[in-house]
Amino acid sequence: MEKRHVIAPATGSPGGAGGAVFGSNSAQWISILALVVFAVALPFALSKYHVFELTMVMIYAIAVLGLNILTGYNGQISLGHGGFFAAGAYTAAILMHRYGVPYWATLPAAALICFVLGVLFGLPALRFEGPYLALVTLAMALATPQLLKYFDTWTGGQQGINLPKPVPPHWLEIDRDRWLYFVALMALLIAIRIAANILHGRTGRALIATRDQPIAAVAMGIPTARYKTIAFGTSTLFTGVAGALAAIVIGYVSPEGYSLFLSVSFLVGSAIGGIATIGGAIVGGLFIEFVPNLANDISDAAPWAIYGLAMLLFMYTMPRGAVGTVWPWIGKALMRMGPHKIE
Amino acid sequence: MHQFLQQIFSGLAAGAIYASVALALVMIYRATDLVNFAQGEMAMFSTYIAWTLVNAGLPFWAAFLITLAVSFVGGMAIERVLIRPVENAPVLAAVIVTIALLLIFNSTAGWLYSYTVQDFPSPFPDRPVFGALITTRDLGVIAVTLVMLAMLFIFFRFTATGLAMRAAAQNPESARLCGIPVGRMLAIGWGLAAAIGATAGIMVAPVLFLDPNMMGGVLIYAFAGALLGGITSPVGAVVGGLIVGVTENLVGTYLIASQLKLTVAFALIILVLVFKPNGLFGTAIIRRV
Repeated sequence: MEKRHVIAPATGSPGGAGGAVFGSNSAQWISILALVVFAVALPFALSKYHVFELTMVMIYAIAVLGLNILTGYNGQISLGHGGFFAAGAYTAAILMHRYGVPYWATLPAAALICFVLGVLFGLPALRFEGPYLALVTLAMALATPQLLKYFDTWTGGQQGINLPKPVPPHWLEIDRDRWLYFVALMALLIAIRIAANILHGRTGRALIATRDQPIAAVAMGIPTARYKTIAFGTSTLFTGVAGALAAIVIGYVSPEGYSLFLSVSFLVGSAIGGIATIGGAIVGGLFIEFVPNLANDISDAAPWAIYGLAMLLFMYTMPRGAVGTVWPWIGKALMRMGPHKIE
Repeated sequence: MHQFLQQIFSGLAAGAIYASVALALVMIYRATDLVNFAQGEMAMFSTYIAWTLVNAGLPFWAAFLITLAVSFVGGMAIERVLIRPVENAPVLAAVIVTIALLLIFNSTAGWLYSYTVQDFPSPFPDRPVFGALITTRDLGVIAVTLVMLAMLFIFFRFTATGLAMRAAAQNPESARLCGIPVGRMLAIGWGLAAAIGATAGIMVAPVLFLDPNMMGGVLIYAFAGALLGGITSPVGAVVGGLIVGVTENLVGTYLIASQLKLTVAFALIILVLVFKPNGLFGTAIIRRV
């Protein structure tokens, strides 16, 4: 019996169907520049609360981007990324609360710690695939709140930790919410750039080859074990940084915030946005942040039923995710607009 | 020693429930290559149906049989209507659909029946027997599970439909060429899985009490049991479920405060899987380039 693919296998050039959001096409660059200008102007037109919501969208997008690297490009399903999100969040919280480290300096620390954790976790995970990996990561997601409560001398146990509020630089003269929006925006842009560099180069092709044709990949001389471990570490690095950012922006961490549901949300956001795409992460972030509230507005008796129906709707109409389905179409339109490239 | 044996027997009773749900997961995995994350919530919903029937005055076993029938039809309908559109989609899309189903069932049950914890009647009296080693209720649960397993074994081993279902799961293309309606077989598989889950839900409800989140923990242990036994092996699912039930009980009693029980139980299971990556009874997946 032939196994079903976890992710639809790539067809054509990895830069095409693999999901090139940051390609070399000049029309694409112009549209991206316009998007960035829009993103910079946006917080000045919105209320503080909406700015906060958008900040969270970007943070979730970074976390989902991390998951996309692992699940989308490397085919390893993780139900445990909430655990790494928590690791990043608590790294930031403990450093700020106990050692008075400034908030921006906690991000590299969270990145490093979550990378190391991811690699350490990725090594035994090499032996697992499909549902087995899902179980191992699921176990991690379940263990996270319990462990956070257990080591309460560090984590503050059930009460959690309150974080000092970050202060925006004086010369900028903007309020804290908008400043944090820009911090998250910078982080997202850097994350996208790094992910694009990794995924659209040799490493990305190796990851996709390992996902679609593991045996052929080995035969071609790709060290699949090393690439799988790298994918794990990079993925958890992104998610951990997102966790640290979330802790800083919300100003509070507690075990209840990192339940299994968070991990599931990341996977859902990832699948709905477009699993093997970079732009899909943003759609995923939007879904994670806004759809629960929307569902609550539609029916406060059974909001998660509405959320589930939204998931069904997305998966039936766009089984490859929003960006995975729509992007090739936009890409063709852009191709027609831009200078012609012979393929 | 007496306490140790007691813990083993009550672990077996819990394990029988995990084994049933694990078996349901394995049936669906073998047929459609996907882990049905909604299995537990489907069972929970079935249990609510049984609860409604019992409260309406039906005798317990009549309510039980009607619930099984309703669950069977419901499971088939879910496969035909909701799972079929993603039959050929990537596995991840199908997994997301089952997670969506989990949320829908959980939320709908909360909406219809509220999140209040309800008493559920047990058909078996609860008193200790065999020198207080086991209660009659645990014995009853184990007996019902064994009867169900025997019936399933007979169904798959000795009936034409059972044979056709095995063929459809093992090699859909060849089965179709032999004239087996593969789609209908998959639907029956989902129906059976739903009925097995319903049995597990009804058996566990008197112990855990009925609420919409009742099956969350059960599903996770069942998933662990299915994988421990080998996700491709029905026998493995049963053995794995029983092992998980006993391990969970022993870890909780002897090793560590119940706070970290789940974590330690999982760590042990994963340790076993590191050495047997395809589970105790599973077959290695053979891949071709």
